[in-house]
Amino acid sequence: MFQLTVNGLGKRFGARKVFANVAFTLSTGDSIALIGRNGSGKTTLLMVLLASQHPSAGTVEYLQDGKKLDDDAVRLQSSLVGPYLNMYDQLTAEENLVFFATVAGLQVTGKRINQLLERVGLEGRGSDLVRAYSSGMKQRLKYAVALLKDPAYLFLDEPSSNLDEAGRKMVTEVIDEYRRKAIIVIATNEREEYGLARAVCSLSD
Amino acid sequence: MPGQSAHFLTKAYAVYAKDLRVELRTKYALNTILMFGVISLVAVSFSLGQGNLAPRLLAAVFWIIMFFAAMAGLAHVFIREEETGTSLALRLSADPDAVYLGKFVFNLTLLGLMAAIITPLFFVFTDAPSEHWPIFALVLLLGVFALCAGTTLVAAIVSKASAKGALFAVLSLPIFLVPLWWLIAASDKALSGGGLTAMSSELIGLVSYCVVMVTLSVMLFKVVWLE
Repeated sequence: MFQLTVNGLGKRFGARKVFANVAFTLSTGDSIALIGRNGSGKTTLLMVLLASQHPSAGTVEYLQDGKKLDDDAVRLQSSLVGPYLNMYDQLTAEENLVFFATVAGLQVTGKRINQLLERVGLEGRGSDLVRAYSSGMKQRLKYAVALLKDPAYLFLDEPSSNLDEAGRKMVTEVIDEYRRKAIIVIATNEREEYGLARAVCSLSD
Repeated sequence: MPGQSAHFLTKAYAVYAKDLRVELRTKYALNTILMFGVISLVAVSFSLGQGNLAPRLLAAVFWIIMFFAAMAGLAHVFIREEETGTSLALRLSADPDAVYLGKFVFNLTLLGLMAAIITPLFFVFTDAPSEHWPIFALVLLLGVFALCAGTTLVAAIVSKASAKGALFAVLSLPIFLVPLWWLIAASDKALSGGGLTAMSSELIGLVSYCVVMVTLSVMLFKVVWLE
């Protein structure tokens, strides 16, 4: 059982307050949507949760069976999909998947890579350079990389951006699957997307 | 979850192989370093003319060219990650120590390749005495290692700044000033026919510098990379 505990989390950029006193506890099987107007700090909160930015106040704790996870374990157990997260344009999709698996300490087979590419709708395009991909295909590849780890914590920022109808269906299926076996945090303003989460945290309040 | 047995060195090698593959497909840093190195070497050799140049002057010219050629390209390994927006994906997936080692070895490869091309051209264009090339090659190896040891961490710091190119040279020069002095002195002695004993103090200084810089970089890189 994994847990994500957020206590009194706040972030300031100089004198400007982005958000303050954010608190929630999530366990495996929980999902939460972070909503709020543009500039309310949804992406910043995700970055703080992922330790990519320091909080101005409060704490974030990742736990497994009550024991605090170290940085390496958090890295191995968490995945992010977001518009600002880029894959390597000069590598093929397969090379990106092998690279991210290797640096994460995972061993992947060609079969697993084909399964992932098929799952996100990129079958037959794995050997193409990512720079030749459309923005929707790049978004699909981000899902393939995120699912490589079979994460216990899945962070999604604008999960359906750039995706067509089939892509949106794929996202819904991924969320449906991981809602049961992982902790999902979704940052979005799309009603269709935040409706997929079991709880909502508004940053505009 | 799939197997998680990949060793630290496997992760570092993956970072290195990825950078090498991307570089071979774009050739940005390689072309920048080589163009700078070759053009400045040709320009300097035409200006100074061949023959009768003091070994001290030749050594200084050689290491100034090497230093600024390195400045032109070595920061690229981190700047590319920031400019293409891939650094976040790398930070969220990779062990910072593996990233440092992979990128350090990549910079070593890049600068080693440049040294392998520039050094023979240097002897041809400047008519520098080449009888004692094995000792000169040893100094060169130490110099390439020292340059990479001293600048890879600076490259990581600079990649997060706005004026990346200029800042890299400005921050690297003070760090590299003393080893640059040792390298010029050791190369002067190598070109003049001095043996290893004649340059022992410079060599000890360079080895110590490399050890200190690599140790400091390993200790500080995580803070810089995750900041």
